[in-house]
Amino acid sequence: MSADAKNADDRFGLDKGVRLMGPVRLDSGAEFAPLDFAYETYGELNGDKSNAILICHALTMDQYVASPHPGTGKPGWWVNMVGPGKPVDTSRYCVICINVLGSCLGSSGPASIDPATAKQYGMDFPVITIADMVRAQAILLDHLGIETLAAVIGGSMGGMQALSWASLYPDRVASAVIIASTARHSAQNIAFHEVGRQAIMADANWQGGSYYGSDAAPDKGLAVARMAAHITYMSEGGLTEKFGRSLQGRSDGEKGTKSFGFEADFQVESYLRHQGISFVDRFDANSYLYITRAMDYFDLAEAHDGVLAKAFAGTKTRFCLISFDSDWLYPTMESRHVVRALNAAGASASFVELSSPSGHDAFLIDAPELNRIIDGFLRAGETV
Amino acid sequence: MTELRSDLAIIARNVRKGARVLDVGCGDGALMAALRDDNSADARGLEIDAANVSSAVARGLAVVQGDADSDLVDYPDNSFDYAILSQTLQTTHRPDKVLDHLLRIGERAFVSFPNFAYWRVRSSLLFGGRMPITPHLPLGWYETPNIHHVTIDDFRSFLKSRNVAIEGEWFLSGNKPRGGGLANFLAEHAVFLLKKG
Repeated sequence: MSADAKNADDRFGLDKGVRLMGPVRLDSGAEFAPLDFAYETYGELNGDKSNAILICHALTMDQYVASPHPGTGKPGWWVNMVGPGKPVDTSRYCVICINVLGSCLGSSGPASIDPATAKQYGMDFPVITIADMVRAQAILLDHLGIETLAAVIGGSMGGMQALSWASLYPDRVASAVIIASTARHSAQNIAFHEVGRQAIMADANWQGGSYYGSDAAPDKGLAVARMAAHITYMSEGGLTEKFGRSLQGRSDGEKGTKSFGFEADFQVESYLRHQGISFVDRFDANSYLYITRAMDYFDLAEAHDGVLAKAFAGTKTRFCLISFDSDWLYPTMESRHVVRALNAAGASASFVELSSPSGHDAFLIDAPELNRIIDGFLRAGETV
Repeated sequence: MTELRSDLAIIARNVRKGARVLDVGCGDGALMAALRDDNSADARGLEIDAANVSSAVARGLAVVQGDADSDLVDYPDNSFDYAILSQTLQTTHRPDKVLDHLLRIGERAFVSFPNFAYWRVRSSLLFGGRMPITPHLPLGWYETPNIHHVTIDDFRSFLKSRNVAIEGEWFLSGNKPRGGGLANFLAEHAVFLLKKG
């Protein structure tokens, strides 16, 4: 294909969307169609289509990995990692990021219109899994004409997708980068998610998930869910350093004092409330239920007699795992668990625990060591 | 490219082309890079220090952060042509178990270590009455990672008791190769190529 023809290919570029008929066969046994995809691509696909990299996003992220979010106007969520001259270099790679199935930024999710009823799916949207998200992504890549991926890269839930990609489609994945992630949700992970879901479902405005046509949405419940989850994304040390026991300054400029009431006296309370309130502007409560459920169901070993190494048997994929010492959501132990399975499977694996005060969110923060590792790992893949 | 440490150069010269190699305690991957570039080896590494692992991965090597004492158990039997343990044996908690794993994982094993019976070490202890500090044992007793000092003769008798065959041996003093005569006295460090007996 000539360069002009590629430029004219409207399957590629920013803020793309397409409806594909699928169907995708879901882990639940159901089939789902049609599939709406919202995605972005950066950089050019080369002639032999060997330079595609799929970035898989985390729970509440989106396809706007390296371009501004249309709702909030904020820069892409991984601009330090993805772009020209960045570790995931869009002058060398064609980078694709797809809003996951179940989300609310344009891909099919509970807030999408069900063509069969012309109304939002709500709770009629099927319960999905991480593997279902990946199977759906594969359908979009087929549509884009991309058979093999130079790399699949993801942090947190994105790492779960990257692991699933390598396990479900070993021949399509040359390299996989899994950051601050896990091969299974722990009881503690599930427990925190359940708090969030219960907060949403306890909000009277949730209305059994059918709030779309009404004036009221379960904003309070979703905000509380976000507040609880946000704590798990930060380290205890990070919270202490940022806020300690500092009191909130009063609006009249006076130094903060205890109110002997239930206002946000402490700065950390005010911070969390802000996190919750701003989240509801950009996320759908039902999507939050569905995606957290998908994460809780995630156990890559489950389909392999409980033996994780079997999920990678005979794999030719190169793996790179990175964990952070202050991440207590998916602690280093979980990455080691995957590395152990990869070693047992004889896979090519790299793994390092990096030091950071930022907890789970460290994967989103610009860090020279993280950049250096990913850059070197991807470059080595180009010569294989 | 900087020149390989003398014991690593010996190992690099004696690994056959295209071999599958596990370098245990690979540091920043200097030997692995040489094996990959010059011997077309499929090299994997295990290294305890995070900064070393980062450097090795950044140069495109497959290195896992881990501990020889606890993490070798994860590797399947006979999954490599060679398992390499260079200047690391004396830092492990259980050198005997580490060596068992090397010979379980690799068809052959390269092991190099500083010889504690080297004459300068002996004289430091005999005449100085102090724990020796040499180019290969540069740190004081309280900060050295070397917790299981071993001599060439110790190692030989250890191999014999475990029925491990020696397929090759190289001795160095001042980074120069030397013959095997009086090695336990004259060699500063040693490299052995081992195979299950």
